[in-house]
Amino acid sequence: MSPDYAPEVLRGWGLSTMSSARVATVSERDVVDHVKDADERGVLVRGLGRSYGDAAQNGGGRVLRLASSPSDVRLDEAAGTVTVGAGVSLDDLLRVIVPRGFFVPVTPGTRFVTVGGAVAADIHGKNHHLEGSFGNHVRRFSLVLADGSVLECSREQNPDAFWTTIGGMGLTGVIRDVTFGLIRIETSRCRVDTVRCDDFDELIEQMSTGDDDVRYSVAWVDLLSGGARFGRGVLWRGDHARRDDLPVADRADALAYGPRQLVSVPPVVPGPGVVNALSSAVFNELWFRKEPRRREGSIKSIPAYFHPLDAVGSWNRLYGGHGFVQYQFLIPFGRETELRLIVEAIVASRLATPLVVLKRFGVGNDAPLSFPMPGWTLTVDLPAGAATLASLTHALDDIVLDAGGRHYLAKDALLGPDAIRVGYPRLAEWQAVRDRLDPQRNFRSDLARRLGLME
Amino acid sequence: MLNAAGEPQNIVVLGGSSDIGVAIARRLAAPSTKSIVLACRRPDEAPVDGLRRPGLEVQAVSFDAVRVEHHASFVDSLVAAHGDIDVAVVAFGQLGEQSRFGDDPVAAADLVTVNFAGAVSVLLALARVMRRQGHGRIVVLSSVAGERVRPANMVYGATKAGLDGFSLALGDSLVTSGVGVLVVRPGFVRSAMTQGMEAAPFATTPDAVADATVKALRAGRRIVWAPGILRYVFMVLRHLPAPLWRRLPLG
Ligand SMILES: Cc1cc2nc3c(=O)[nH]c(=O)nc-3n(C[C@H](O)[C@H](O)[C@H](O)COP(=O)(O)OP(=O)(O)OC[C@H]3O[C@@H](n4cnc5c(N)ncnc54)[C@H](O)[C@@H]3O)c2cc1C
Ligand SMILES: NC(=O)c1ccc[n+]([C@@H]2O[C@H](COP(=O)([O-])OP(=O)(O)OC[C@H]3O[C@@H](n4cnc5c(N)ncnc54)[C@H](OP(=O)(O)O)[C@@H]3O)[C@@H](O)[C@H]2O)c1
Repeated sequence: MSPDYAPEVLRGWGLSTMSSARVATVSERDVVDHVKDADERGVLVRGLGRSYGDAAQNGGGRVLRLASSPSDVRLDEAAGTVTVGAGVSLDDLLRVIVPRGFFVPVTPGTRFVTVGGAVAADIHGKNHHLEGSFGNHVRRFSLVLADGSVLECSREQNPDAFWTTIGGMGLTGVIRDVTFGLIRIETSRCRVDTVRCDDFDELIEQMSTGDDDVRYSVAWVDLLSGGARFGRGVLWRGDHARRDDLPVADRADALAYGPRQLVSVPPVVPGPGVVNALSSAVFNELWFRKEPRRREGSIKSIPAYFHPLDAVGSWNRLYGGHGFVQYQFLIPFGRETELRLIVEAIVASRLATPLVVLKRFGVGNDAPLSFPMPGWTLTVDLPAGAATLASLTHALDDIVLDAGGRHYLAKDALLGPDAIRVGYPRLAEWQAVRDRLDPQRNFRSDLARRLGLME
Repeated sequence: MLNAAGEPQNIVVLGGSSDIGVAIARRLAAPSTKSIVLACRRPDEAPVDGLRRPGLEVQAVSFDAVRVEHHASFVDSLVAAHGDIDVAVVAFGQLGEQSRFGDDPVAAADLVTVNFAGAVSVLLALARVMRRQGHGRIVVLSSVAGERVRPANMVYGATKAGLDGFSLALGDSLVTSGVGVLVVRPGFVRSAMTQGMEAAPFATTPDAVADATVKALRAGRRIVWAPGILRYVFMVLRHLPAPLWRRLPLG
């Protein structure tokens, strides 16, 4: 092992999990030399560490950061595909492709994720109900296996390695470079409609009937209000703006794109953090009031529409020393009663913070550990320091699993092995292929150990 | 590993029959906790039944603080059997009879071996495996008796003073390793150790010490006093002039 490994304490984005690993940055070419001969603590590749829990940690083992060159973006404009190193961030990629009239097929709520992390977590976006998750758009990738060999994976070539790696949380090998399909865009702006819904039933009804006509759809739910206002929310629907949608003055430079970070949170936030119940309630009230009952066709930039949080650097520190967890689960269609029950429990707990997002998923894909399937997914931030956190989430876990739902591995920092076995019935199938690709179990992570993913 | 709520999967109590140690394990155990190991001199008599519940394996194994030559292999065997140690509680200790030590210095040395040498040895063994796993929390039962050692229990107090200092420094040595050490400084606790003794001011219970310990663990603290007021009491006591200190009725 080369000497440029240095011990480093790694955390998830929620800052509520941590362990120390020996970390090195390696080039795509050299990575083959770094995956072999792992000891029993194993090796793992880490992207930009935007998973909230321990997915990109490997306590006591080795962790690789993949140095992909952002200048090495191969865009095939005719085919509408791009080939990039897996260490390239969506931020870097968008700066190249947006001005040339393309957008990523799926984007999370931040552009600071790597392409490798997007594949490994099989991420979803606001267009899941129509266009599926990231894996649906991947044409091929190369995978560095534990013995240092490189496997070419696609739907035709080594399809089981392909599907096991998508959503496989880095445990099958190192994804080295990826080719995936893009969305063609005429402008770098989005056209957004907002609908305000006065209660939970109205929100569910609106989403159930109107979603399929729009590419992007997501709702923000106010979890801090009870009574008649219970479950009120704002539904945001949009698509990429056409050139004609823009004011005439903007049409000449319709694809201009230059996202900026406005401020950054300092490393140390005193006390319990500034996101508390009071500021959250005020925030929710203002945000809800701000939206008119219905507004159509407002034009927003890509950063403002897709990545509003990226305007504030290191915003995760706002939760203070204990950090936070992002609890994200899925409940199948037809179990809206349970969804409502969970929302009520979260409201009653008074723990929730403003970032509560409800999304309707469409059909899932063939990856055994992919999170999305038809149903509702709710995402809520909860402070990790709260004494009642675990009792709340354990109760919610039971409701989610009894209803046939599951939790998102890229966010999870709380579950135990049983919950994954119930939520992901195809785990054994995934394990069988994983073990074939990596019989010595070189690839390991804190997430895998906590959830017993290899056992 | 501890999950985001600070819940461990595997807990080990060294001095597994200790009232305080068991109370801490009980308070730490969560739905996702897989195993608790009580390591003590008489495993048959260990209070395993009080901790058992479905899905949680509770086991008592043989461990003696004075058999320092076995400590490293003992800790390795725990890891081999249960996987990573998330929280280890070092709870063993003896109070001894100070009145006897004047005539029996060997007994005093034996007490030092249990409370200090044995603790240092097992702490180093724990630190070694936790450094290897890149995470873990060690809870050390120190005592206010080590804050300023009194003549009335000077051997016990001195072992705790040594243990306290060692544990804090061990914690400092582990900063980049992902491992943390929490030093617990209880006052008088109503437990087997103090049975039949008259309670000192601010007397507390094993459960109260456990609550304070678990809170401090979650908060990532290095030191916790139980009850918390003792921190301020000892800020004063530490600086009392010697003649006054000697005459204090602290039991
Ligand atoms: C503000 C914010 C909003 C988000 N919104 C969404 C959302 O809307 N939808 C969504 O799905 N997710 C969302 N996420 C989660 C995020 O998209 C995923 O956690 C993603 O995996 C992070 O990518 P990363 O590069 O930071 O990977 P990391 O967090 O570093 O790693 C995640 C996993 O990917 C593996 N991995 C990384 N690179 C490779 C590689 N080259 N080869 C093999 N495995 C690899 C790691 O081993 C690890 O298991 C959001 C996160 C944040 C912080
Ligand atoms: N009680 C108090 O007032 C108080 C105050 C401050 C600090 N403390 C400290 O807290 C810790 C726990 O005490 P406690 O109150 O819970 O008392 P306890 O119930 O008497 O526990 C002490 C334990 O240490 C064990 N032990 C003694 N010698 C040992 C050895 N050689 N090897 C292995 N185990 C040994 C004893 O087990 P056996 O059954 O084998 O003897 C006993 O279970 C101790 O370190 C104590 O010094 C106690």
